[in-house]
Amino acid sequence: MKEIYLDNNATTKVDEAVFEEMRPYFCELYGNPSSMHFFGGQVQSKVTEARNRVAELLGASPDEIIFTACGTESDNAAIRSTLEVFPERRHVITSRVEHPAVLTQCRNLRQKGYRVTEIGVDGAGRLDTDELKAAVDTDTAIVSLMWANNETGVIFPVEEAAEIAKSKGALFHSDAVQAIGKIPINMAASSIDMLSLSGHKLHAPKGIGVLYVRRGTPFRPLLVGGHQEKSRRAGTENAAAIIALGKACQLAGQHMQAENTVVKAQRDRLQDALMAAIPHARINGGGADRLPNTTSIAFEFVEGEAILLLLSEFGICASSGSACTSGSLEPSHVLRAMGVPFTCAHGSIRFSLSRFTTDAEIDTVIRELPPIIARLRQMSPFGREHLQA
Amino acid sequence: MWDYTPIVKDHFLNPRNVGDIPDADAVGEVGSLACGDALKLYLKLDDNKDKIVDAKFQTFGCASAIASSSALTEMVKGKTLDEALAVSNQDIADFLGGLPEEKMHCSVMGQEALEVAIFKYRGIEMPAHDSEHDHGSAYPDYEGEIVCKCFGITDAFLKKVIETNSLTTAEQVTNFTKAGGACGGCIPKIKELIAQVLGEATAKPRVRPEKLSNMKKMQLIQEVLERDIRPLLWADGGDLELIDIDGSKVKVAFRKACAGCASSGNTARMVEAKLRDLVAEDIVVEEVSQ
Repeated sequence: MKEIYLDNNATTKVDEAVFEEMRPYFCELYGNPSSMHFFGGQVQSKVTEARNRVAELLGASPDEIIFTACGTESDNAAIRSTLEVFPERRHVITSRVEHPAVLTQCRNLRQKGYRVTEIGVDGAGRLDTDELKAAVDTDTAIVSLMWANNETGVIFPVEEAAEIAKSKGALFHSDAVQAIGKIPINMAASSIDMLSLSGHKLHAPKGIGVLYVRRGTPFRPLLVGGHQEKSRRAGTENAAAIIALGKACQLAGQHMQAENTVVKAQRDRLQDALMAAIPHARINGGGADRLPNTTSIAFEFVEGEAILLLLSEFGICASSGSACTSGSLEPSHVLRAMGVPFTCAHGSIRFSLSRFTTDAEIDTVIRELPPIIARLRQMSPFGREHLQA
Repeated sequence: MWDYTPIVKDHFLNPRNVGDIPDADAVGEVGSLACGDALKLYLKLDDNKDKIVDAKFQTFGCASAIASSSALTEMVKGKTLDEALAVSNQDIADFLGGLPEEKMHCSVMGQEALEVAIFKYRGIEMPAHDSEHDHGSAYPDYEGEIVCKCFGITDAFLKKVIETNSLTTAEQVTNFTKAGGACGGCIPKIKELIAQVLGEATAKPRVRPEKLSNMKKMQLIQEVLERDIRPLLWADGGDLELIDIDGSKVKVAFRKACAGCASSGNTARMVEAKLRDLVAEDIVVEEVSQ
């Protein structure tokens, strides 16, 4: 069965051109970029080219790019570095809807005696900037807020938040793994100090990430050892993946326009058709500014895992905010922070598109999903009661 | 992705007996929208009101909840009410070729709906508990004191599931009942319940040894205190500490809620009785304040 892959916020297909770019750096050009000889040197020059390509997508300088192993490492490095740089500041701010890569770390800090504030969101998933203004003080070391939410696609006003952090001398970090490649970013005109990127969210392979650190920002490395990445991240460079990421960033820049027109139009068509065909449904974060590729729809009276497995019968890959799919027993912390009722949270499905999504694939989902929801509601004791009423 | 057996997949994709029975003799309802799964079971009996001739279900939940409900209805059809009551959650899981452990609570939900339906039909009271919890109760008909406030699960229900499935860790209890799976605030209480059930279970078959060396006696006293007595005290927020063993004289100090408790004299008698029962008849327990 051919997959219809609408789970691009989880991970993406490696673009064929990206794979071709990295292919020679395994068996043929396998030199260590730090070596003095020509064989390492030719890898070094490709790593430099990749760094330039990443910097270009972000509107940054190449020396502001630190290659890491993943978005999670970048998030950890940013927060830990800041706490080391400002040992006298004992307060950390994040949001209630953050990815676990940031949220778990912040909650662990609470156990180490730090004060941690989690800023709330409204029903549409929008950040409460007044709460942020009230929370930041001269004890705050870092404010870490995601650029765009992985589950709903809701975009946070990170520039405004960075200014608020700056007003009290705190550093501002943004986990931007979902935003990069989907919406334009220009660090040259930004107040954001640090930014995390993950390769596999933009058609590069898994196992490569970036931490952007603004020039002049004090920084302490998470990994120490060799002098790689100007001693800001020790460890032999994952040259092939770095080269792949460079290509992926170049392609993301070229496709940015399409992402916000073609992909967005597909997303809107999918969402509008499903909302028209299926009663008792709502779009999570529908009232907010969102990524062009993401929609999260809550279907009342049915459970997400059952929906996903029935979609899977048609090759359709999506994800759910339901408890049952994750192994945890509570529905998504993002949906709960938004105040999505339990009746809806369990039946929330996220579709995340990419530039590889076709119109025919969207047609298939529009055709197959409504009967699936109807079938599960027919089976559900609540569906019957409510739908008859 | 969950590793479901082909039988689970079949019962999920082609569920048997979906629907309701308007003139059902017995109806059992467990779970809630808030909890994430719920099951309404309908049973129709024969003219003698003894044998189940038809069973139907409505389920809100994941694939394994739907498959467990479907399996349950297939299993009970043709059974007498007494035979049906003997169906355990493990039987439902076995019928399906097994369930992932994290999904065992789906089979428990099925068994529970069956029990509730039959008990209600027979007019056996299942008094409602004090319903102070966050969002609905998974097993509203089960008596006892609420332990897990998130899912509204009582101690009586948990002890039953711990005992019938021989559970030994809080994680297993969460997998089988969901209790402790949300805020986790009740996990210490779940551990106490496991200790209680284990203590009760292991105490039964054991007999007092005929003859003991002093060394063996001291070991056994410590073992009984750890395994049989302290868990009982924990359940009431208390504890004790073994201070010394001098021949048959066992000196203990009560801690936490037991310390300074007016009935600690009774507790000392209980400890003494237990030790006499399981170690040696001549044991004397002495309470020391230390």
